Amino acid sequence: MSRYMGTSVKRVEDPRFLRGQGKYVANLTLPNMAHAAVKRSPLAHATITSIDTSRAEALEGVIAVYTGKDLLEGTGGFKCGSLPCGWQVPDLNTPPHNPLAVDKVRHVGDGIAVVVAESPYIAEDALELIDVELDPLPAVVDARAAMSDESPLVHESAEKNVSFHWPLGDEDAVNEALSNSDHVVELEFVNQRLIANAMEPRATAAEWDPAMESLTLWTTSQNPHTIRLLLGAFTLGIPEHKIRVISPDVGGGFGSKIFHYPEEVIIPFVARAVGRPVKWVASRSESYITDAQGRDHVTKAKLGFNEDGTMTGLHVTTWANMGAYLSTFAPLIPTALYITLFAGVYKTPVIFGEAYGTFTNTVSVDAYRGAGRPEASYMIETMVDLAARKLDMDPVEFRRKNLIQADEFPYQTPVALVYDSGNYQALFDKIEELSDYDALRKEQEAARAEGRLVGVGFASCIEASGPAPSAAAVGLGAAIGLFESGAIRVHPTGKVTVLTGSHSHGQGHETTFAQIVADGFGIDIEDIDVVHGDTDRVQYGVGTYGSRSAALGGSALVKSAEKIREKLKKIAAHQLEASVEDMVYDQDEGTISVAGSPDAVKTFAELAFASIVADNLPEGMEPGLEEMTFYDPSNFTFPASAHVAKVEIDPKTGEVDLQSYAAVDDVGNVINPMIVEGQILGGIVQGVGQALWEHGIYDEEGQLLSGSMLSYAMPRADRFPSIAVDRIETPSPHNPLGVKGAGEMGTIAATAAVSSAVLDALAPLGITHLNMPLTAEKIHRAIAAAGNGGGE
Amino acid sequence: MEVSMTVNGKGVSADVEPRVLLVDFVRNNLGLTGTSIGCDTSQCGACTVHMDAMAVKSCTVLAVQADGSDITTIEGLTTNGQLHPMQQAFWDAHGLQCGFCTPGMIMASVKLAHGHPNLTDEEVRHGLEGNFCRCTGYQNIVKAVKAGAASMGGQS
Repeated sequence: MSRYMGTSVKRVEDPRFLRGQGKYVANLTLPNMAHAAVKRSPLAHATITSIDTSRAEALEGVIAVYTGKDLLEGTGGFKCGSLPCGWQVPDLNTPPHNPLAVDKVRHVGDGIAVVVAESPYIAEDALELIDVELDPLPAVVDARAAMSDESPLVHESAEKNVSFHWPLGDEDAVNEALSNSDHVVELEFVNQRLIANAMEPRATAAEWDPAMESLTLWTTSQNPHTIRLLLGAFTLGIPEHKIRVISPDVGGGFGSKIFHYPEEVIIPFVARAVGRPVKWVASRSESYITDAQGRDHVTKAKLGFNEDGTMTGLHVTTWANMGAYLSTFAPLIPTALYITLFAGVYKTPVIFGEAYGTFTNTVSVDAYRGAGRPEASYMIETMVDLAARKLDMDPVEFRRKNLIQADEFPYQTPVALVYDSGNYQALFDKIEELSDYDALRKEQEAARAEGRLVGVGFASCIEASGPAPSAAAVGLGAAIGLFESGAIRVHPTGKVTVLTGSHSHGQGHETTFAQIVADGFGIDIEDIDVVHGDTDRVQYGVGTYGSRSAALGGSALVKSAEKIREKLKKIAAHQLEASVEDMVYDQDEGTISVAGSPDAVKTFAELAFASIVADNLPEGMEPGLEEMTFYDPSNFTFPASAHVAKVEIDPKTGEVDLQSYAAVDDVGNVINPMIVEGQILGGIVQGVGQALWEHGIYDEEGQLLSGSMLSYAMPRADRFPSIAVDRIETPSPHNPLGVKGAGEMGTIAATAAVSSAVLDALAPLGITHLNMPLTAEKIHRAIAAAGNGGGE
Repeated sequence: MEVSMTVNGKGVSADVEPRVLLVDFVRNNLGLTGTSIGCDTSQCGACTVHMDAMAVKSCTVLAVQADGSDITTIEGLTTNGQLHPMQQAFWDAHGLQCGFCTPGMIMASVKLAHGHPNLTDEEVRHGLEGNFCRCTGYQNIVKAVKAGAASMGGQS
């Protein structure tokens, strides 16, 4: 019936980007605007013994310089508070996080002072003139080593550097299952640190209005309302209704722009203090040492299984690196977004998982695309491959033996979650066909006979997306509910403004949400504008992360459209002198007519106008046409995927050639296939980046060795084949669109699939495991070592 | 130092410090903010503009080095408000998501396609290895550039 839903409508937001008219924060110019730069620690751990700002202050063009102490003590009754952690797991240790360091610096990049100047160039010059004396302290960078008695304490208040310990499941039952199993495979491995690298570096600008005592903050955020809440309640102490946060066009986020950052506190503070608007734009080098990073787990896993390939139990301990301070949602990632996913798509009967979150002298770690779920998938799929290899069984056959069956949904896992719907057998059938799996295996056999290192990798993954039912989220540690809002404002002429609490930073909501509303009313998509990213325009919002926008933000709009249709039916019934029950809303045509009397008809625009003229409305009805919904889902959605990668490794260099890649995903119903495919493709390439190249490497002193795009290996166009993408659609039963999350599935599966392919290629050499990234150097060394009689 | 150049068909002159980057000059002095800055090590290509016959990363060129040259930025690519065939192709093929790398990606692609109406996947992927995109996974960019090159027909 629908005209737009399910079709690849070209994106309505694109022309401004294509013309170079994107409204990114860095492009903002305000009258009389000054520019800020932040002096940052070159050391990972040190006591600040003195800061002398006098030479910087004397530089022509410098307006002011402030230190951490200035922010803490404040000026004119205006001071800065500690950055809060918005996810409270039991017994969480949350040390203070001052926007600028006061007594001690705890990671390279920790802010020490801020300069406000007439130009960005002068501000940068002035940084060189701030004299900071640091007394170096020993550093710790490894999540597990942080807990040793020999490690220095990042925070005096956190014994053994532990922030939290989070166990889930029946450990005794798992241990018993493992001891009763025919086989147990064990592995210790690292899920390496990643750096998000959204192409737009973070930026923040602030303007204080002394007459209204109000603040406007422009910031590169995925969730401006959350930033406003935290500013109002914790960091600035300005009442929330006196703060407007605008996140206009944002150039990618991937999680790294969810969090409340120090600059969102520092810049408003200095703007108010100097009485001028102030803008700060991160350099890329600054992004590397200040944006929250991803992953960084050390894990020990044990998987039990029987001779017939049935999985019997899983035991996992993970040490998760939190970095120097707890970022906004940091404790969530290795707990409720990780351990609860340990069942994957399989019927492992008993599972125990635990995570230690530890402080180190590194940049904070928080959500990065997938956030916990790629780590879970990589763990499960790596263990499953090991098990299949131990039985000399095809890894797909092994997986099929353990799959949750299509008639078993809703499926209660042993790790808290209830999967809503799925059809994993169909997913497997389709990926085997799309990838020509049998032919790949034959090709591999032939290649191996020639001594070539060809590998086929398989990954089948689950995601809990669309966080979250508010009661469940708060029960797991969220400080606020995770619903979403959507309002529809119909103007007198029948044009429509949609106000969504979701935030688009590449996802294309201006198109997909307009598709939802256009079909909701039967109007043209050109007659709809979607507004997001402004707390003064949008009622309230939770924002975009966790693949939640279609399932929550989209569903809120479906509900608001329903409410408006009901009101329009009442107006039409009144004016056509018929009963409301007889009214038929034709969502193809945008008309309401009396059943059986097609001539008695009103258009959407006529009724919208009637609601404003308001002289002929049903008795007691309020004029106007605007509805809002706060949509709180009853469950997560559970997209699933099966991906196949084929690689060939050059035995002389260790270089991995990714030769083919096929992906079948089930993200439920699809609003815009072109956009969904784009999300999957982008996600896959990011996931391959983790498998093969990307690594945020710290040396023992806490220096980030891969701290620029020169040394951090970003995926490039020339490293990829054309990827084959297809899907099945198992609608989610509990949201009105039947959609599941699409934004992260590609990343979640691709890392596991490509790692699986590389290890498969190396298996004949007796190499059982290599930690990612699977770089040429690492593989070359492993091949050399294997030639000398052993694996790594 | 005094610099003069042609930017998007218009002559401009300014007194700039010798250290000012071309990208800062077009963004800050001329208000042409379509050109993005994505890194500070000349890797990402977000700041690509045309300088005479070349596509250059404008973070690697000093404004004074551009003295006397003919510069085109993304804002100068349209003709009478009409999208350039390469811009149109990026739209048609969903070759962009967040849009931040897009101006540089398009400017690099236009030069890549100049004189090469029949680009192969491999030529496009190799030609764009100096332009990073974190959103799209490149596949739809490759599709767009091939289509854009075809409709440019080897012209600029």
